[in-house]
Amino acid sequence: MDDLIKVTVIDRDGEAHLLDAPTDMGMNMMELCKSAELPVEGTCGGMAMCASCHMYIESEHDLPEMSGDEEDMLDEAFFVEDNSRLGCQIHLAQALDGLTVRLAPVGQ
Amino acid sequence: MIQTDILIIGAGPVGLFTVFEAGLLKLRCHLIDALPQAGGQLTEIYPKKPIYDIPAFPSVLAGDLIDHLMEQAAPFKPGFTLGERAERIEKDDEDQFIVTTNRGTAHRAPVIAIAGGLGCFEPRKPPVPGLENFEDKGVEYIIKEPNFYKDKRVVISGGGDSALDWTIFLADGVASEVTLIHRRKEFRGHLDSVQKVMDLAAAGKVRLVTDSEVVEVHGEEHLSGLSYKHKTEGLVRLETDHWVPLFGLSPKLGPIADWNLNITKNAIEVDTFDYSTNVPGIYAIGDINTYPGKLKLILCGFHEGTLMVQSAFKRIYPEKNLVLKYTTVNGVNGF
Repeated sequence: MDDLIKVTVIDRDGEAHLLDAPTDMGMNMMELCKSAELPVEGTCGGMAMCASCHMYIESEHDLPEMSGDEEDMLDEAFFVEDNSRLGCQIHLAQALDGLTVRLAPVGQ
Repeated sequence: MIQTDILIIGAGPVGLFTVFEAGLLKLRCHLIDALPQAGGQLTEIYPKKPIYDIPAFPSVLAGDLIDHLMEQAAPFKPGFTLGERAERIEKDDEDQFIVTTNRGTAHRAPVIAIAGGLGCFEPRKPPVPGLENFEDKGVEYIIKEPNFYKDKRVVISGGGDSALDWTIFLADGVASEVTLIHRRKEFRGHLDSVQKVMDLAAAGKVRLVTDSEVVEVHGEEHLSGLSYKHKTEGLVRLETDHWVPLFGLSPKLGPIADWNLNITKNAIEVDTFDYSTNVPGIYAIGDINTYPGKLKLILCGFHEGTLMVQSAFKRIYPEKNLVLKYTTVNGVNGF
């Protein structure tokens, strides 16, 4: 199907999950992980206001730039690296076919 | 002891609307919330965000929705215990629940409605090994009494307004030494606060450390120092009396998890007939409950609270019959 891309999510135990991700439903990576029942909280519902969908981008995809909100929110997250992003701010699109992300550890 | 008919745990939108619906049945409500203000996550996390799925409001700011709900509940004079967390629950010999907060405030009611949303908002704790050993022994996540830091060496971490504001406050003749450590060079607080901190740093009144994160804490009984890791310069050790990490709040289910309620994935299981839990007299409404088909939406929580008070009424007044009365016919008669 044209509207499906493949995305790999590596969970906190190191297990890789290859997911079919629809690009025509306005979904983001946080929602994709939740719908696949992966352990992503998405507490704030996707407003870049809680950092509970913190993940690392492990593939070489060109992602849209971070908004100020996202950058600010990552300040309150822990284990932040140069490839850190909030899953809720990464909208599924054709250009992300083959994307690989790793879920960041959760704090206390 | 605070006595009421329905003790609502959580003063978010669903708890507040339940006050109104209970009031129509002449039931009084009292609300407990860990946050210092009513509104739950709407006021705490996103007061300026518009919500588009409240019936008859094409768009309403989260903060305004709470203001409207407070106004709607006002005729029924709800009581509030704010800034305290519901901690313990017991039953007395008259079949009433006694709920005590972390500050010892006791509440008594025949019915409990847990409208706890995501749970209690608690400070985010940085993942530093051994940190818990120094909690209240030099590590504080909230500044309660600024004078506590009089003539002390204090390190603050964080990049938001509370980190900036407390840095400015403590540097003004309170603490003997103030250090602000932040992960980035940029701060996300109000521009004038950022400027003030920069000015204080330039004047030598604040030690500003950017591109750094605290990674170790040191001390015997009490905190005596910490180490931070700078992006390029590596590990730096710093002596200090206090470390105040200010990384915002995140919700936790908290003590309710130990109330013998059936819980699945951090949510309380309820019967959709009346949103009762497995413990008779305790109900759960809004985002904190779960049932087949559950949707975490404010409007669903309003519905749940409305049905729940009917069941609460029958529990409190088993001998009375309840007739549904319309507000358009009867108006709203407060207490």
